[in-house]
Parts: sequence; C-alpha cells; structure tokens
Amino acid sequence: MTTVSMTVNGQTVNADVEPRTLLVQYLRENLGLTGTHVGCDTSQCGACVVHVDGKAVKSCTLLAAQAEGATVTTVEGLAEGDQLHPVQRAFKENHGLQCGFCTPGMIMTAVDMIKRNPSLDEETVRRELEGNICRCTGYHNIVKAILAAAQAA
Amino acid sequence: MSESGIGQSVKRKEDFRFITGAGRYTDDINQPRQTYAYFLRSPHAHARINDMNLDEARAAPGVLNIFTGEDVAKDGLGGLICGWTVHSKDGSPMKAGLHPILALDRVRYVGDHVAMVVAETYAQAKNASELIDVDYEELPASVVTATTTDKGSAQVHDEAPGNLCYDWELGNPAETETALKEAAHIVTLDLSNNRLIPNAMEPRAAIGDYDKGTGNYTLHTTSQNPHVARLVLSAFVGVAPEHKLRVIAPDVGGGFGSKIFIYAEETACVWAAAKIGRPIKWTAERIESFLSDAHGRDHVSTARLGLDPDGKFLGLHVKTKANLGAYLSTFSASVPTYLYGTLLSGQYDLPAIHVEVDGVYTHTAPVDAYRGAGRPEATYLIERLVETAAREMNIDPVDIRRKNFIRAFPHQTPVIMNYDGGDYEASLDKALELIDYEGFSARRTASEASGKLRGIGFSTYIEACGLAPSQAVGSLGAGVGLWESAEVRVNPTGNIEVLTGSHSHGQGHETTFAQLVSDRLGVPIDDIEIVHGDTDKVQFGMGTYGSRSGAVGMSAIVHALDKIEAKAKKVVAHLMEAAVEDIRFEDGIFSVAGTDKTMAWAELALAAYTAHGFPGSELEPGLKESAFYDPTNFTFPAGCHICEVEIDPETGVTRIVNFVAVDDFGTIINPMIVEGQVHGGIAQGIGQALLENGVYEPDSGQLLTGSYMDYTMPRADDLPNFSLGFTKTESPSNPLGMKGCGEAGAIASPPAIINAVTDALGVRTIDMPATPARVWAALQSAKQSNAA
Repeated sequence: MTTVSMTVNGQTVNADVEPRTLLVQYLRENLGLTGTHVGCDTSQCGACVVHVDGKAVKSCTLLAAQAEGATVTTVEGLAEGDQLHPVQRAFKENHGLQCGFCTPGMIMTAVDMIKRNPSLDEETVRRELEGNICRCTGYHNIVKAILAAAQAA
Repeated sequence: MSESGIGQSVKRKEDFRFITGAGRYTDDINQPRQTYAYFLRSPHAHARINDMNLDEARAAPGVLNIFTGEDVAKDGLGGLICGWTVHSKDGSPMKAGLHPILALDRVRYVGDHVAMVVAETYAQAKNASELIDVDYEELPASVVTATTTDKGSAQVHDEAPGNLCYDWELGNPAETETALKEAAHIVTLDLSNNRLIPNAMEPRAAIGDYDKGTGNYTLHTTSQNPHVARLVLSAFVGVAPEHKLRVIAPDVGGGFGSKIFIYAEETACVWAAAKIGRPIKWTAERIESFLSDAHGRDHVSTARLGLDPDGKFLGLHVKTKANLGAYLSTFSASVPTYLYGTLLSGQYDLPAIHVEVDGVYTHTAPVDAYRGAGRPEATYLIERLVETAAREMNIDPVDIRRKNFIRAFPHQTPVIMNYDGGDYEASLDKALELIDYEGFSARRTASEASGKLRGIGFSTYIEACGLAPSQAVGSLGAGVGLWESAEVRVNPTGNIEVLTGSHSHGQGHETTFAQLVSDRLGVPIDDIEIVHGDTDKVQFGMGTYGSRSGAVGMSAIVHALDKIEAKAKKVVAHLMEAAVEDIRFEDGIFSVAGTDKTMAWAELALAAYTAHGFPGSELEPGLKESAFYDPTNFTFPAGCHICEVEIDPETGVTRIVNFVAVDDFGTIINPMIVEGQVHGGIAQGIGQALLENGVYEPDSGQLLTGSYMDYTMPRADDLPNFSLGFTKTESPSNPLGMKGCGEAGAIASPPAIINAVTDALGVRTIDMPATPARVWAALQSAKQSNAA
C-alpha cells in the first residue's frame, strides 16, 4: 500500500491505496466523488477529465500516487456554493448535454480550454475537443455552449 | 401558451444533477458488503470447451466463487430469449439454438461468456480469471455475412442447418417480377450496410442483490426498459418470480438500442447474488462493450428498381442477407424483417415490392436494434437506388422524387404499412431553400477552383415509429404488446407525480413530460415530478426505443390526465354544489359556468384528500388515475436531408460543408430537445457513412475494432454544424399528434452523405464508411477507367 495525500475540491485528503490505483479510481471509490466517469480503457473518451494543479488531465492516465501533493478539482468542486460555474450554466442554457455521462469531462475540458484561449473560435473548440467523446449531442450544442461561455468570460 | 407548456424550449430539469456531478449511474451506486464480478470471455470465435480447471483460480486471493454454465444449468435457468418469432417462406418458425447465460460446451464468438468470477474486489476477480485453465478445441469459424450460408461453412448452431435462421419474405413476388419486366429502365445496386457498434458512453453495468429475509431480488442495471428486463428474467430465464424481483434503471448514460436487451451479465449478477449471499457488481470495460454489446446493421443486399421511361417507379425487388451474429438477441429477429422490409416503399408510390431476407448466423457478437433499427438499412437502400436512377436517366434527383411522392393519404403500401399522413413536398421544398440548391453549381465551381471536388446528395426518408399497436405487432410475431402506461398522482398539496413506463436516458423526459402536464393542468413544471426506471414504483411499462416515448408514452399520460380532470370536476361539482357538466377548467382554475365561483388547483387537491362530506360510494377520496395507451397505428415521421461535401482528391478526406435536415415530427413539445435529438442522430449517421465500421478478421473472427483506437467514433472536428428546419403535419393516430424524433437523424442521413460523396467523385457506388482510403482508391480507379 502507498500513502497518498492531496487536496481535492479544497479539502485535504489522505489514504492508503494500492500502488496501481488510478486517480479516477481513488476519486470515485475512496472519496465517493462519482461525478468523474470512466467511459473507456484507452484514455480516449475524456469522461474522467479533472483539473490537477489547474490543468485538465484525464484522471485514468494518472496514478493516484502521481497526484501526491497536488491540488485536484473535480466537477463537484466547480460551482461555488449555489453559484454554478459559467461553463456549467452554458451547458444547461445551450442544451449541451443529453445523457450526461460525458458531461463532467466535457465541462472540465471546456473550463481549461477557455482559460488557455482568450479568444476561442469554433474551429479551435472542435479541435480541442478531440479527447472528449460524446455519443448523444453530435457536439453541435457542446460547441455552442463552450463558445457562449467563452464569450461571457 | 404558458412559458413551460407544449412548444416551448424549456431548459431541462434533469441538467442540474448532471452538470454538477450528482447524476447517479449504476456504477456510482455501491451496496454494503458488495462483491465484484469479472467475466472470463472466449478468446476464440468458435471452440469446443473440453475441460475447465478452476482450482487455482478458486484459491486466488479474495475469490468467493466461480460460476460456469454447468452451475446455471443445475439451477434450471433457461437461456436468453428472442421476443419476436419470424417465420420463413414455408411457414416454419425461425431456427434458434440455445443462448446460454454462461457457455456450456461451446463458445460461439470472441467475447462469449465462459465463466463468472466473484471476488472481494474487482482486481481480484479479474486477476483470478487469468488462472482459469480452459481446454479449448478451436474450431473453424464462419464470420462473413455474404458467405456464411455457403456450403461447407462452419455451423453456428446444429438447429440451424446452413446457418440460416429464417428466409423471410414480404410483398408480392409475381407483381414485382411483372413490373420489372415491363420497366423501361432497371437500376441494380449491390449494397452493404456496415456493421456498427453502439458505444453509449456509459458502459453496461449491473448490481445484483438478494435479501434472504424476504426472498426479494434487486437488480440495478443500465436498461432502457427495466420492466421488460424483469419480465424476461422471471418468466423466461427463471431467476426469480416477477413479484420478488425489482429492477431499477437509474440514470443511464445513453442506449441507442444497445440497452434494450437482456444480457448474460446482469442475469448472472442477480442470480449469483443469492448464491454468494452478498450483492455483486459488474461494470463493463470498454473492450467488453465492443465485444459483447449487441451490434447493429450488417446487411448485404442486391436491389433492383424498375422505372418507366419518365422515371416513374414501377417495382422494387430486394434480396438481403442480414447478419444476426452468433445468438438471437432480445428483438433481433424483427429488425431486418418487420422494421426493414415494411419501410421499403419510402416516400414513394411504389406499386409492387418484393423483399426477401435471409437472417443468418455467424460467429460474431449478436446483432440487434441500433438507433433506427432496420429503417436506416431500408432508407439507405431506397435512397441510393433513387439517386442512382436519377443519374442514369439524366433526371434531376429532386424531380425524380417529386414525380414519385405519395400525395394522398391514407396510403397503403405493398409492404404492410398504412401511411396516415404527411407532406413530403413541403419538407423537400424547405430543405432546398435552406441549402440554397440553386447556388450549388456556383459553389461547386468555386470548390473546383481550389482543387476540391464538391457533391450534393439527397435523402427523402420515411420511418415508422411510435412502436407500436399491440395487435399489429402481435400478428407479426411479437411476444409482447407495445402499449405504454402512465399513472398521475396528485398529492394533497397539489403537486404531482407522474409515473411512466417510458425510460429517459438522455431524451429529457423529466422536462418534456412535465411540460405536457403543466400545459394541461396549469401547474408549474417544478411542481411536477416524473418517476421512471423502477419496477417497484411504476407498475409496468415497455420502455424507451423506436422513438415511442412521445407518441406512445405521452399519449398514456394524456389519457391519465383526462381521467384526473374528470375526477377533479366531480370533486369540484360536489364542493360547489353544481352539476359536473357546468364545471370548467382552465389554466389551473375550476369555475362554475354562469357564476363567479372558482376554485384553485391546490384547493381542489387538498379537498380531494380531506374528503369531508363526500358521498361515500359515489365519490371516492383521493386523486390518482392511471391509463394504458395502445396506439392505433405506427407514426410516420418523414422529411428531407441534404448533404453537401467537399473532397480533397489528394488525400481522399471528405468534409461535410453543409448539412440540412428538415423533419416533420408532427407536434413538438420542446424544440430545443428535439433539435438535440436530430443533431445526435445525424452524428451517428455521419459516423456510419464516413467513419465507423465494426470489423471482424474474416478467418479468425477476432474483432479488429475493439477500442477507441481502432473504431472511429465521431469527434467534434469530424462534424459540421447542422442546419435544421421543421414542417408539421400532425399524426392522426395519437391525441397529441406527435410522431417521434429520436431516430430520424440516423435513418435519413447516411444515404444523403453517400449520395453526395458519389456525386463529388462521379462514381456509381462507394462502400460505407467512405474513409479517406476508400475515397482515394475510388478516385484512382475512376481515373484509370477514364484513361482506358
């Protein structure tokens, strides 16, 4: 077993985990933060995207031990109290989700994307979504939501 | 019209939990003392199991038990069933071998279930599975749709000689042959409809639980129809009596058909939970989804369309081989027959049709309904034929369609369906306007100037959904009725719970169903809760597929609301000492005609439960009504999709530069949600036409496209923005005039895209998916034949 310690959504957490535990398993199984999803086993789908030290990361590609000492934000930590994050609001306003399974990863990717690109255009949004797969929306309204949130930021 | 009523783009009630990470999908749920299952799967397409040694695996850390087909058989459980019986031309029923939950002495596809390991942790179960020693005797496999019925092919089931499950036909052979003989022109096309792997983003999952104290079983599962799952598991498989089995489908992350079916894994989890005495959880890894979710499509066809000298259609003959995979899945037999052959008339007055379908077995994963289910295959075939006929006869593809449209309703086709309404010209006209058809040649010239090839393609489609009148499907072989149920419970405080047999897994029922109730009763949608997905709460229901939840599920709610209103009026009449006939109800207010007496909704609701002074037998307390609604006909959404592509001849890359979809869905409850359904459907259609292909290695039967590295899921940068329009003719077959919108995009779009690609390339046909490699190769061979 390995001891890991990190800050998740503002709280310090410690646990003994098997060394092979992935960050996404640690978040879901140890911390009960089930908003972060697992949609594949090849790091393609992006349902598991969280922020590690401010950067969007696929939490299935990282061991929990590699996040030692890191600051992690999951979709559960995005809203401030009752105040939804502007990207969360934009997804709702623009019908950027249907079944909701890819949504947490999409939102976490979008927050990071907007932060890194002060002036986003449609082509960039579509290219940057390469690592997030949605089967429901055809991306039309996801792209619209991200552009709307970027505009409002 | 209220802000939250019918026709308004109300933002979804369900979104809050999904955007905050508070959704509860099956894998998010954990039970006390939970154990984990891992399924050992066959690495071979076809093998005999001579022996299985479990000793080492049983001794591995954490292992609680290992189950095999023998254990299942010992408990007397039945196999998995196909709920639709199709008959061959000679009247004999389809030939089905046993579909065991865990393999007995043979495995029949890569991914077939060999053993179930249950352990304290998932890792322990998976590790232990590697210690199971299976003595496989590998056998030749039959994998390819076109050749599986050939003499000498490996046999999938002893019960189905020549791998033929059924040879089915529909229509009129003699009239069709006569029509084709008299035709001035015949278009013949050999078409394949590529195999697709559904890939809902949430992998399938199950938690089986058994309460020793009560003898009750509970199954949480990723299902589109939990009541059907319970019925099959109790009545046919025999896991538990229906009243002792609760099936819960909580938040479900997409289905597209693949979660209709009752699979081995959830069956084994709920069965074995009683043996272990603890809950058992299983969640598919994505590779297991690829291997063992039911796949879609996989047809090869030869079709002949006969026309008179003016381009009027005279007759259509279709011969199809439909791959059913290694076992019949829950509804698989119906998909390439009654959901396919019945749609071959398209939007056209086609006097003679004859369709013959061989349902064939192969050593591949079962094939069943996937978004559109049979109707995309029919639409692809007819719309490719029509476009090709137009080209060969030098008729504009728009004109040839206008020449053949059905214009008078009801219209009886030669293939069962009775179209009850529509206006195909209207959707075509609107689509032509949206795409700016007149400007196309200028756009093509502009593309040529930049070295690109531009093409345009049409698809004027029809589908039959709102599945389905029970009597009709019963007469065609369905083992179930396809009505829907609803129960409306008005609470004493006036808020409302609606229990529906439909299931929402992305469709937004919690919003649209609430809009319907709000519109009718004048109650705010936040005071209306839509309850679904739990057999302990909802009495029965047939679930969500076949674009049925609006046309059938909401119609059931309408009927329950009719009864609620009637009962409420009785209560109001009693309280106001007026005649029932004089009670009016509008915007949530009851009034007595000709007086100024009124009563608000909440006041009525409370009075219905206090029941003070109710005259006993004539007026019961309470306000709760239910209804079972059985549709009188299918519904017939129709429309026109037009696709414009630009192809780079250097690389073969196809870019969709313009995509227009105009659909007639009848009444629309929430345009925002309907548009979202169309977007998603078109994306899956573009996936089929340009990107996706489920490929088995033809000799070994190994799945070559078993991950997102190999199977091309549409990404955001593969797709354009879509331009949508709507026309409206109300369905005369249900009280709301709804037709259904969930599948249209996937049904209509593939032929529009391939018609555009072949137009751009100047070739007659190209197989789906039209990948850059195939497009490039087509261009090279066209060049060579031009040079020759």
